[in-house]
Parts: sequence; C-alpha cells; structure tokens
Amino acid sequence: MKHTALHETHLAHDARMVDFAGWDMPVQYGSILDEVRCVRERAGLFDLSHMGRVLLDGPDAVALAEKVCTNFVARIPEGSIRYSIMCDEKGGAIDDVLVYKEEADNVFLVVNASNTDAVLAWLRQHKGDLRVDIDDLTEEVAMIALQGPLAEEVLADVIDDCDLADIGYYQYGFATICGMTNERISRTGYTGENGFELYIPAVEAQRVWAEILEAGRERGVMPCGLGARDTLRLEAGMCLYGHEIDREHNPIEAGLKFAISFKDEKGDYIGRDALGAIHAAPTRKLVGIRTDGKRVPRQGHQLYQGDEEVGTVCSGSVSPTIGSNIGSAYVRLGFEKAGTELELDFRGKRQTCTVQDLPFYSRTRK
Amino acid sequence: MRPNDRKYTESHEWVKPDGDTMLIGITDFAVNELCSGNEGDLVYCDLPEEGRIVEAGETFGEIESVKAVADLNSPIAGTVLEVNAAIEDHLEILSSDPWQQGWMIRIKPNSKSLDGLLDAEAYEASLAKSES
Repeated sequence: MKHTALHETHLAHDARMVDFAGWDMPVQYGSILDEVRCVRERAGLFDLSHMGRVLLDGPDAVALAEKVCTNFVARIPEGSIRYSIMCDEKGGAIDDVLVYKEEADNVFLVVNASNTDAVLAWLRQHKGDLRVDIDDLTEEVAMIALQGPLAEEVLADVIDDCDLADIGYYQYGFATICGMTNERISRTGYTGENGFELYIPAVEAQRVWAEILEAGRERGVMPCGLGARDTLRLEAGMCLYGHEIDREHNPIEAGLKFAISFKDEKGDYIGRDALGAIHAAPTRKLVGIRTDGKRVPRQGHQLYQGDEEVGTVCSGSVSPTIGSNIGSAYVRLGFEKAGTELELDFRGKRQTCTVQDLPFYSRTRK
Repeated sequence: MRPNDRKYTESHEWVKPDGDTMLIGITDFAVNELCSGNEGDLVYCDLPEEGRIVEAGETFGEIESVKAVADLNSPIAGTVLEVNAAIEDHLEILSSDPWQQGWMIRIKPNSKSLDGLLDAEAYEASLAKSES
C-alpha cells in the first residue's frame, strides 16, 4: 500500500488506518462525529496527499484541458480555480477535478486518488500533437487542508508574505509557509467550511503539520480523518466520485450543470454532445434524503414509494450538524420534489425518509 | 486475557452457557472495530424476534456504527428465547461491558456442545494472527 509523507505522523497520532484507493490513510483519529463538530465549530487538519496533483505545462496546456474538461478553462482568470468534470464520450464521469489556472497559461489539476492513474492515462491518450508536458507531482508535493471557521486565523500564525484575506473563495496564491517561500495555498475545500488547502514539498510535510497543530492547539484544532471528511462533504451536498458520479452517473443529473459549459466559444470537448442530450432529457435527479429513523442510508440501498422502486442511495451518514441521518440518492423524475415521503429498504425492513434539496448545510445560507 | 467462561468465533461473537440456555454477544474487539473506542459512534443494533430459530453461523442481526455495518452471526443453532432490549437504546453498554451486561440474545440450544468454537486463548491467537 502507498504511504503519504505524513504516514508516520498518523501512526504517532494513533489514527485508525484504512486502505483508500491503494493508500494507507487515516479514517479517524478519535470519534468521527467529534471531528465533524471540530471542523464546523473550530477547524480540522486533514492530510490529502493521496489526491493526485498533475501539472499541464506548455503552450497547449489550456487546449488539452479544454478538450477533456467540461468547464470553459480559457475563461478562468489566472490565480483562480474552477471545479470541473472529465467526461467520456457518453457523458459519464472519468473524474471530477479542480482546475488551477497558472501563469503562462499552464494548468494545475487536483484529481481523486482513486482516479489518478485513469486521469493520467486519459490526458496522455488525448494529448495528440499538443505541445504540453503532463507532469505527475503527486509524490513530491504533499497536500494538507485546514478547514473551519478558525482556519484563517490559525494559518496566519505560520504564514508570511501573504495576506490570506486577499485570497478569495476558489482563488489561490503563493506564500511563505512555515519558512518555505513561494508555496501554493488556495481557499478551497471539501467540507462546506471556510478553509484552505496547502501544497508543500513532501519532505517538509511532517514539520508543517506539526506547526499548524501547534498554532491551533489553544483554539481546539484537531487532526481529522477521511471519515469526518466524507460526512462533511455530504452535509455540504458535494459529490464523491464512485458514489454520486462515475462512468454510469453523469454530472448533469448530479446537479453539476454549473461546471459544464455549452458556450460555442469553448468549442468541442469530449462528452459535449452526450451531455447536451442528457441536459435536454434527464431521467433522474440527485436529491438529499433525511430520515429520523435509527438506520443510516448506505450506498446501494433502494428507495420505495409503496411497492414502487423509485431510486437508489449513493451515500449516507449520521449527521451531527443536521441532527438526523442523511443521504444522497438518485430518484426517478416525479419523486424529486422536496418533501416527498419515501421509504428506505433495509433487507425488507422499511424506514421512512423525506426528500430534500441539497445541500443539507450551507455556511453562508443558514 | 478475555473471559474463559465462554467460547468465541473468528467473526468475534461469544457464547456463554447460562443454566440450560446460552447467552450470545460480541467481543470487545468487535466493538472497537466498529467504533474505535468512541461509543458515541455506535448508532444502531438490530436484534431478532423472540422465537426465531437460528442455525449455527446464521446472521441474526446487524450492528451499525457511523461508518460501518456488521452482521451478527450465531455461533450455535437454537431458538431465541430472549433479546436484550436495553442494548437497542443504550449501545454504550456494548462498549462499557461487552462480557456481562452486553449480552445480545439468549438461546435455547439444539445441542449443549460447543465443540469447534474457540476458547479464549485460541481466539486471542486468531486476533494476533489477523493483526500481523
């Protein structure tokens, strides 16, 4: 199994480790629910070094990104970031990615750990004669996130030469981080909280991790694992590859139209025609479900209205923020309206749930 | 060493003779696998109806934590006489006292024999093997 640069640190924290996409990763350090609350109320520190980091470097970097991504890459201002999907010809998702627009029109991509190899292969397959190098930086660059309402003030203690207030949501800059100059930091995350993601040399990751924890100690910052991260992103209505989107679940029906451009100026890209057809005639919709019963919805559970099967659960979790058990599910059109009562099937036992619009939680829209 | 007054399965259940009946529960290891020592992360336990007939190895219920669901398998064949309803509303019992108060079901066994199940020493050896 692969180890991130912080593997020894996780073991020293006595984390519970699991195999995540071939990486030995911390699922939790203590209680998952406590870690969720820590991020919502204070701030939590995450190791995200398993995620793939790929630099497209060369005069045709934007052209390659434009060909494989659903959003309008050329329109992204330098210093900004956009969420995007890479689709196959049928509109199925190969991955969902963050696109960082770099100086000299280079493009930096952050991709899912489970899809790093597939994305690299897809990029190389579609590179053709384009003048662009595809550099996998996953091993040499570590990625750490500090997420939560106190993230900005805690990070200010370890950062120089950069006013974090100047970095807007989905923007990035370069700062002196723990004494290292010119390191990348972005106001992004996967928790629904204000927070930052830091990109630092892998060899310095343990020191940066320890310094951030020390800076946050009196403010209650804790290390948080992938378990809390999954609950946080579900509460915030964010998709996880392999659950809400994959080759069989397209981004249109997942509610990700905001990441798809149909503008003429963007030109043709892989999946464009298929996505247009799905957009014209969708058959299902991704919705939230909330249940006051004790059982937690899980991927693959069926949803019924009476004897009629109307949908399938993608993800589920106990939600300490909402105070009940929640999930995401695809339902056939006709059953997607908020307030629709459905039943979850647990091996023949039924539990009532209610459809609601995503997200369950919004920091800005209380 | 775990209690010697009962037998164990490799799937982390225990069975303990109690008069003519037998009590069945799960081990501290099983509880810890589900909640990593955080009893608040246990969310649900589904136990069978009284009168249910179970075969050895048959799933009689489920236990669920924030992130995982596990089957509960009966180590022996018999008829369920009683379920410990206190658990369903107080899952923390499983964490604080898996050996006594944390029993899940009381069974009238088809046979008194517990041959083929693990004693405490063999169970711990199987844990050590799976962790190495």
